[in-house]
Amino acid sequence: MLTEALARLGRSGIGAIAGLGRASLLLVAMLGGLRELAPRPRLLLAQVYNIGVLSVLIIAVSGLFVGMVLSLQGYYVLAQFGASESLGIMVAASLVRELGPVVAALLVAGRAGSALTAEIGLMKATEQLSALEMMAVDPVRRILTPRFFGGFLAMPLLAAMFSALGVLGGWFVGVGLLGVDDGAFWSQMQAKLDFREDVVNGVIKSLVFGVVVTWIALFQGYDATPTSAGVSRATTRSVVHAALAVLGLDFILTALMFGG
Amino acid sequence: MGTTRTMEILVGAFMAAGFVALFFLSMRVSNLSAGGDGNGYALTARFDNIGSLKVRAPVSMAGVRLGRVEAIGFDQDAYQAVVTMRIDAAYDRLPTDTFANIYTAGLLGEQYVGLDPGGSPDYLHDGDQIEHTQSALVLEQMVGQFLFSKAQEGSQ
Amino acid sequence: MGKGLPGVAAVTEHTAPPPIGINANAGECKGGAMSPTMPLVRIRGLRFARGDKVIFDGVDIDICRGAVTAIMGPSGTGKTTLLKLISGQLRPQAGTVEVDGADVHRLSRRDLYALRTRMGMLFQSGALLGDLSVFDNVAFPLREHARLPKSLLRRLVLLKLEAVGLRGAAALMPSQLSGGMARRVALARAVALDPMMVMYDEPFTGQDPISMGVLVSLVRHLNDAGGSSSIIVSHDVPETLSIADYVYVIAGGRVICQGTPTEVTADGSPRARQFLDGQPDGPVHFHHPAAPLADELLATGDKRPC
Repeated sequence: MLTEALARLGRSGIGAIAGLGRASLLLVAMLGGLRELAPRPRLLLAQVYNIGVLSVLIIAVSGLFVGMVLSLQGYYVLAQFGASESLGIMVAASLVRELGPVVAALLVAGRAGSALTAEIGLMKATEQLSALEMMAVDPVRRILTPRFFGGFLAMPLLAAMFSALGVLGGWFVGVGLLGVDDGAFWSQMQAKLDFREDVVNGVIKSLVFGVVVTWIALFQGYDATPTSAGVSRATTRSVVHAALAVLGLDFILTALMFGG
Repeated sequence: MGTTRTMEILVGAFMAAGFVALFFLSMRVSNLSAGGDGNGYALTARFDNIGSLKVRAPVSMAGVRLGRVEAIGFDQDAYQAVVTMRIDAAYDRLPTDTFANIYTAGLLGEQYVGLDPGGSPDYLHDGDQIEHTQSALVLEQMVGQFLFSKAQEGSQ
Repeated sequence: MGKGLPGVAAVTEHTAPPPIGINANAGECKGGAMSPTMPLVRIRGLRFARGDKVIFDGVDIDICRGAVTAIMGPSGTGKTTLLKLISGQLRPQAGTVEVDGADVHRLSRRDLYALRTRMGMLFQSGALLGDLSVFDNVAFPLREHARLPKSLLRRLVLLKLEAVGLRGAAALMPSQLSGGMARRVALARAVALDPMMVMYDEPFTGQDPISMGVLVSLVRHLNDAGGSSSIIVSHDVPETLSIADYVYVIAGGRVICQGTPTEVTADGSPRARQFLDGQPDGPVHFHHPAAPLADELLATGDKRPC
């Protein structure tokens, strides 16, 4: 009984490590395709479109609302201390440092990551990847590499849009509806937020998340069991793993960036 | 093909919007517009007590921000805090007898370095030290002094 | 049939379609390495297992140049796996696969890819790229591997599509095609680079009689017109026997019989007979291995509270 439980634990551990190994090999293979991607910018363009442009709407709407809610909630807390002028700092700092990169990454994992997994999984199930290989075209370099770099490029831009629209939403609620002073809102924000410390670190975070989310999505699709059930399981796993990885990495990155 | 063209335009618009957002975050939300890092020149000042002064705190004169605190060190021989400040290159005519104080913004706000100009015809240069300094006012000390003077008044 | 395939006819006006059936080439090649013409594909002692399941256990196969070779066997004998081993997508545990004199599994990646440009493969599902039109699918290998001027590329693709009778479908997307049409487009794509060898994975499965007939004659014509060699993996006995020059029957991880279609049909071994004649029970049992039915039924009965 106990040995069986131990054996099961061991099996799942070995399975996880083997999966990590396969994922790492895939990452190396995808990076290897960068040289072949350079003369074909159109492939990259199509993926920036798929991952970036098609995610703009959900990112913009979410960013706006998150900023508005932050402003509304923050105002009542800050007003108790007579510090409602600090609303700008609170909204902007939480968006630029945390919510922008993290929520944008979660939204992209749900919207674009799941689509990537399903697409690659189905291409595998319908033997399209095999067919490419038989036509002497490396499917990793041709299909996966552009998607990987598309996600890598699109993510920081999406996160920046999320944060910027969030700040505007917060400004609209704080200054427009709740009557916080316009000048205080912006000047306090500018005085407290540092370009390198806050904006650049936020961009670094979203770059890391972009890599992780697209990497997980592509790996899950590429590693999926080539059946309809396998692809659907892989799609679920892609979103769950990506979300967990983003939140876990966010903690580590925050500790490294703002902890020291 | 029309679809490719549309896609190109949309991707272009997407990239542009993303960069506008980044620009907005840099210039409007954060302090990039208020002088970059690494530019300008460094000054040092020694304080007996810097209170809760932090790295990146503003350095200002007449209420205008001239630069920021770059580093805070400790001199083990003199038991003094050594504060390195980076002043924007545009403000290059601070007299050598400038006076550095540590003030508090508001009652409970953060602390910053306030500079008061002297009258010397010579100006401070990169690496110079500000000789005249006044330490931070620490609340406990102020309360202690106040009580002490009250007690003295009472005894008289 | 010549009327139905103007594209092929245009290329091969001088060669009359050879009689469907036995090709002299096959007999010549049977001698293997001893014969003056080396076989195109030579498989020796191939062993391949997935986990505990042994799929091939010492298989020797020769594929002759210019011939249509069929590899037949019941489902689950790893026929598709064999094609993947030949094309180097899978690696055997033991044994060698030589294609045109080169050991596929010892080639560098670059050489393997170069070799694959000379192989075409028709997948069971067609495996057309879903986001490209029919025209672009057929043009894909040409764009990848041949630097052709646009007008020439267009003409070549249209000729290939004409050969499979689907020039009119050039602008359609794969999702708009029927199964048989998709397979024909995939066939046009497989032969786009005029490969020395085309591998067909179950080309006739799941086709209605008309598309089946079209595919059967297409395979034969493309083989003879292009001067290429074909490997057909199939379990459709009559169609495959009607066009193959040489047949291997695989079961239980081994070649159980081989020869020309007439030789194979005459083969007396019970396993071959069962497969070729489609008998429900024989050496391969109808029942999946199980405990005796009575035992199992009674065993569950015991648990009932009565």
